[in-house]
Amino acid sequence: MDLLLDAIVLGLLVGCFYAAVSVGLSVAFGLLDVPHIAHPAFLVLGAYGTYMLNRMGWDPILAGVALMPAFMLLGIAVYRFYYETFERRGSDAGLRGLAFFFGVVFIVEVGLVMVFGVDQRLVEAPYIGKSLAVGDMRLPLRLLVAFAMALVLTIGLSLYLSKTFTGRAIKAVAQDETALRLMGANPVRIKQWAFGIATAVTGLAGALLIIVGPVEPTIDRVYIGRTFCVVVLAGLGSMSGTLVAGIILGISESIVLTLLGASWAPAVSFGLLLVMLGIRPQGLFGR
Amino acid sequence: MKSIRLFAAWLSAALLMAAATAQAQGTSGQPIKIGIGIAQTGALSGGGKAALVALQLWVDDVNAKGGLLNRKVELISYDDQSSPAVTPGIYTKLLDIDKVDLLIAPYATVPTAPLMPLVKQRNLLLMGNFSFQVNHTVKHDMWFNNAPWNDASSWSDGFFSTGGRLGATTVAFLAADQEFAQNLANGARELSKKLGLKTVYEQNYPPSTVDFSAMIRAIRAAKPDLVFVASYPNDSAAIVRAVNEIGVGPSVKLFGGGMVGLQFTPIMESLGSMMNGIVNYNTYVPGMDYPGIKNYFERYSKRAIAAKVDPLGYYITPFNYAIGQMIEQAVTATKSLDHKVLAAYLRKNEMKTIVGPIRYGPDGEWASPRVITTQFRGIGDKNVDQFKLPGKQVILSPASVKTGEIVAPFEKARK
Amino acid sequence: MKTNGYGFWIGSAVVLALACIAAATIKNEYYFFAAYIVVQFVVLATAWNILGGYAGYVNFGTSAFFGVGAYIAVMLIKWMNLPLGLQIVAAACVGGALGFAVGLLTLRLRGIFFSIATVAVTIILETAVINWRFVGGATGVQILRPPVMEPFDSYTKMLFVCAVILAIIAVAIARYIETSWIGRGLRAIRDNEEAAECTGVPTLKLKLAACAISGALMSAAGAPLAMYQSFVEPASAFNLTYSVSALAMPIIGGTSHWIGPVIGALLLGTVQQVVTVTISSELNVLVVGVLLVVFVVGAPQGIVGLFVKLREKIKGKNI
Repeated sequence: MDLLLDAIVLGLLVGCFYAAVSVGLSVAFGLLDVPHIAHPAFLVLGAYGTYMLNRMGWDPILAGVALMPAFMLLGIAVYRFYYETFERRGSDAGLRGLAFFFGVVFIVEVGLVMVFGVDQRLVEAPYIGKSLAVGDMRLPLRLLVAFAMALVLTIGLSLYLSKTFTGRAIKAVAQDETALRLMGANPVRIKQWAFGIATAVTGLAGALLIIVGPVEPTIDRVYIGRTFCVVVLAGLGSMSGTLVAGIILGISESIVLTLLGASWAPAVSFGLLLVMLGIRPQGLFGR
Repeated sequence: MKSIRLFAAWLSAALLMAAATAQAQGTSGQPIKIGIGIAQTGALSGGGKAALVALQLWVDDVNAKGGLLNRKVELISYDDQSSPAVTPGIYTKLLDIDKVDLLIAPYATVPTAPLMPLVKQRNLLLMGNFSFQVNHTVKHDMWFNNAPWNDASSWSDGFFSTGGRLGATTVAFLAADQEFAQNLANGARELSKKLGLKTVYEQNYPPSTVDFSAMIRAIRAAKPDLVFVASYPNDSAAIVRAVNEIGVGPSVKLFGGGMVGLQFTPIMESLGSMMNGIVNYNTYVPGMDYPGIKNYFERYSKRAIAAKVDPLGYYITPFNYAIGQMIEQAVTATKSLDHKVLAAYLRKNEMKTIVGPIRYGPDGEWASPRVITTQFRGIGDKNVDQFKLPGKQVILSPASVKTGEIVAPFEKARK
Repeated sequence: MKTNGYGFWIGSAVVLALACIAAATIKNEYYFFAAYIVVQFVVLATAWNILGGYAGYVNFGTSAFFGVGAYIAVMLIKWMNLPLGLQIVAAACVGGALGFAVGLLTLRLRGIFFSIATVAVTIILETAVINWRFVGGATGVQILRPPVMEPFDSYTKMLFVCAVILAIIAVAIARYIETSWIGRGLRAIRDNEEAAECTGVPTLKLKLAACAISGALMSAAGAPLAMYQSFVEPASAFNLTYSVSALAMPIIGGTSHWIGPVIGALLLGTVQQVVTVTISSELNVLVVGVLLVVFVVGAPQGIVGLFVKLREKIKGKNI
């Protein structure tokens, strides 16, 4: 029973980490409908950026924050390009956009291999390698950091989307682009701003990725399934849903691992996704 | 009309394919060509790149001495992309188009396996390169593996014999659900059965596992005497961290066994003191002295840094250099490039290499395996150079190269 | 498109005859090893296009079907040593059933949701195979090839001819679908599923048929892998590369016409083979990425689209 409780608590922490690495996608794909399959690759890019700054003595989280402006610009540029080449031409943006982002995945992976080599990289920080004792439980500090960051990111983003003017415009653009256009706002600029924010958040989440575990250039492939799973499970574009979905994924993996064996964990979590898609395609918190 | 045009499209597409592949190169050159397909991309590229640096070093060395049989040696290498689907094509290209004289197998088991029927059918000598039991079903008598193991138990023998001496009665297994780790774990399970150990925890985890805290916690609760871990590089680092954070409990006498990655310099450097006390397999550590090996590492290191691969390269690279040396010795002694003649020589004679003398058993694996079991001791943080010193990884087994005694239990050895 | 198909069948017969002549005259096995991979991709790309190109449902799980095909073959070899032909037929049946099941997902899932569901299916199937000890589990399984059958003198040549036959079957099916009422129905689904449903197109039946046929062909393409590699292991049999290539090749070639995936597969497959033995570094991964980006940006209708445009230009000048 103790073990199960442990599994649930650790699953909760890992689940929050899943949510943190997925929020960027929740905006880019959930709100803006961009089939951003390169999201995990950008995550890894953020992780390597953090690694570089960490070697110069920066704290990984600070490094992640410092990366945000650069990622913001990257996101704006990528969206601009995506819009000009696909969305504006209209038809079949989905399939071609998907193929385009797949190409971007390969290019990012190869770029990282050429610059950093294929070996695993880790970062150092005072909170890595230590744990917090709660009764008989030991909670790794790096996971607690991920937990806190996930909360900050999701709550921050959902406040931003509901309280600020631009945030509401982003939500509006997701719902009814034409109406927004009629009201005199430029949906493309709003979307490009939103994609920039999503990418900036992804950069910061990349710092979390390398805080939680070692990173190598092709680790993004592990996260393609997971991040999309979280976003879809959540219901497109719901920030609080992303947090809940991440936690569900984390806890279910952790319970399966404890009761059934870890080797079945991926099948169970993706089986969950399939069932969800079959019963309620709009996700837990879908519109 | 249209159908004719479509037919023309079919045809031109077929011709395009033929033309592109038919860029055959002239043969009958002077140099002795040695062919290899080795991972430069994909999951195995870390080892593959370092291995290629070592092989190229041997080629340059042998050419500086005037080559083999008064001919220059040329290494032709292609990237197998860590994929078994790619190797058959690469090796037939090497054989039928590049007309190589000799073959070296790709790094690791998965890309090597598809090659075995080909070399058996064509009666070719194949120098194995860190694969495991790949000759097991094919039973080719011209196969010689450079890795210092033979059957699955040769990896974990040292771990379990040490555990037996410490009076262990229970064991926990944690293994990655991937090819190499499962092979390691299977050997370990057999040995543990022979010793009559009781398995109190067993977990095969998928390669995409993000965090190991829950598993380490469960191992701690199972209170085993031995914890045998068979893991891949990414996971190894994550497991060591989780152990450091959560602890495996005072019951554990030995921890480790088959953790791949704790032999790689970048990982060792970043884990630092967290590795203290871990007992793990290895192939070579500083302090083992064979003729020429010091000089080899000095020269390897320079090239490795330039090539952005493992700067120390103890685990894989000297054995790759040894492949070259074995070819050199066999060709020089027999004055022949005939595969049968060379294979007969390799089977009968002791090979002198920088990783010590090698004798082969009937299956083409080392007659007496020499996988070493070491314990990390007194490792500090953020220091690459410490790993060049002997004594940081104390050799517990086999007896022939032993440098020290085990410190147990695990928690004590970490202090 | 006229349905008069003599040209196609003559072309196919010539391709098959060329393949057989090549197998009989060319001694060098390398060409067959390399060509086998390329032809295998023709089958995968054509199969993908039946669902992805015509109906607009993007399948991300090509590797799932491919891996299942390979493992069905492994199972039959281990179980009762069935010959290659039966392995392929059995793989096609299982692949078809799996495709049917995936097709049921399209009842509720559209667009990228369907794609994500296929990713989930892939992960679930790979996990199941890893946990299935009979076919070797995670360590994989080595297979001894049986002696080669007459009239072939090498197993690889036999596999190559097999793959060519499979490719012709696949292309013929795709071509039939494209030119018949099925293709019109699928295109109607792609353009506007609700409208198609309203005008009386049996959308569900068509989608199920497309999924099943596409899945059967993909699994059939996977079956010979067991013999080609004489070693099968889950991580490589379910490799993401197959999914990406099966999607990239039709897009590069053009998804609207059956020749598109064929051209795309021959082009990209050949480039990959050539690059493997010439560049041999990270750059060969980069080639795929760059080609993909260049084509989706510069030639949205693929090579077929470029041809069509070119022809229109020439015609325009003539008149």
